[in-house]
Amino acid sequence: MMNNFSYVKAGSLAEAIKASSAKDARLHAGGTDLLGCLRDEIFQTEKIVSISNIRELKGISSRTDGSMRIGAMTTLAEIAVDSGIVAKYPVLAMAANSVGTPQIRHQGTIGGNLCQKLRCWYYRSDLRCFKKGGSTCYGYNGESQYHAIFGGGPCFAVHPSDMAVALLALQAQVSIAGPSGNKTVKIESFFVKPDSVIDRETILLSGEILTGVQLPAVKGEMKSAYRKVRTRGSWDFAQAGVAIALQLDNGIVRTARIALAGVAPYPWRAASAEKVLEGRKIDAAVAVAAAEAAVDGATPLKDNAYKVEMVKGAVEETICQFIS
Amino acid sequence: MAEERDDSPGSTPGLTRRGFLSSVSAGAVVAVSLKDAPPAAAQEIEATGSTVTVSLHVNGATRKVLVEPRWTLAYVLREVLGLTGTKIGCERGECGACTVLIDGRPRYSCMTLAVEAEGHEITTVEGLLEGERLGPVQQAFLEEDAFQCGFCTPGQIMAVEGLLRVNPSPTMDQIRTAVSGNLCRCGAYTNIFSAAAKAAELRKQKGGA
Repeated sequence: MMNNFSYVKAGSLAEAIKASSAKDARLHAGGTDLLGCLRDEIFQTEKIVSISNIRELKGISSRTDGSMRIGAMTTLAEIAVDSGIVAKYPVLAMAANSVGTPQIRHQGTIGGNLCQKLRCWYYRSDLRCFKKGGSTCYGYNGESQYHAIFGGGPCFAVHPSDMAVALLALQAQVSIAGPSGNKTVKIESFFVKPDSVIDRETILLSGEILTGVQLPAVKGEMKSAYRKVRTRGSWDFAQAGVAIALQLDNGIVRTARIALAGVAPYPWRAASAEKVLEGRKIDAAVAVAAAEAAVDGATPLKDNAYKVEMVKGAVEETICQFIS
Repeated sequence: MAEERDDSPGSTPGLTRRGFLSSVSAGAVVAVSLKDAPPAAAQEIEATGSTVTVSLHVNGATRKVLVEPRWTLAYVLREVLGLTGTKIGCERGECGACTVLIDGRPRYSCMTLAVEAEGHEITTVEGLLEGERLGPVQQAFLEEDAFQCGFCTPGQIMAVEGLLRVNPSPTMDQIRTAVSGNLCRCGAYTNIFSAAAKAAELRKQKGGA
């Protein structure tokens, strides 16, 4: 059983901000990652502040300019079947549908998914690594088959969020409410890198709450998809997840966004691969070249060089779907 | 109209398989009459380890219970309400043995705090009984021999029930996806899939009758 904590079900966002500003308070969205972390004693909390009753954080809405907003407390299952999301942003619906199991998707929220802790079997054990105030990365020195091939150091755990990379491909923005007001930031600015901040994964400070996600309007033709590779098909975290969104103009790629999950301590953008695609017509040769560029700068550890080939394969395969 | 009843202290079982009660203060679970309890609006527990009254809608009945905020729905269903059909397997949201329906959707009750389940409609495997007769999904599991040891069965049944409520005529792929969050260590998957298909038929027959 988990250690004791006090509990508040906030009735409003203002109340949640106030309550979660307390020392060692933790926000409860769907609770799937929170309860796992508390059981495994990855961190402790004195107080849980639930935001599950705050209506303004729920639901998906379209705006007149064609953009869409998803409240932070919208479940992954709701996103996966939303007709607007499926039609305009298939990459996001596919990512939502690839998270966990049906039960997890009915409970897990997009906000919680973006704020989940990293996946590393050392971090999620009772070992005291860099992220828990220790002085070593057990992944770097130990069994590293599920660790980072990009952006590692000092921590080499991977960011597992499928939703984060889909949102990165879509150039989404996130809204944050906090004690000092509201702000909106690009999704890439939401995550922090372990060489600058080690004890958290996002920019959120005490009392700040992710309230929603904005998806920019789709202009012209956009093609997008998510491909998740995992050790078993039924459910698992990504060994490599590839989110691609292409803006096309008469068959020519105007802008490309490619983001990778499960390969770096934060959602990883494959900028070199994007450049390969931009200005080109998609064909098999371009897909191969982009796949090659997607692993630019990869520095595999002892046991995870296979991820380099896996990323290449998944990028190539996903781009090839778009050949018309 | 929901039935109302009190849960007497006598219904609280003793030691659990995992020895949970060693860390739970005795007498934390007491009977509370509906008249005594304030309406369940904002829940706030200021002192760590203290309890709060929650009103849970389980299988059509309203059950008032005192819970600690750290107690999961799975724990409360089994150890407080005595609904032991819901099983606790991995207790980390991976095996699916604790699956119940919350507002008609399958969820892991081991990953849901009881305080979070307040105000929602909870259905456990016991709630699928029609009087003393098995419900169609339960009957289908029996007829198709869809279990060996039976430990995962209540969770499998609830996952299938959740599927059929939104999709009465699922394809085999949809069935496989629907029970993908429920592990069966005996490997009875083939018969579980057949039982899900059979359950869809039985439900339709019943609907048509």
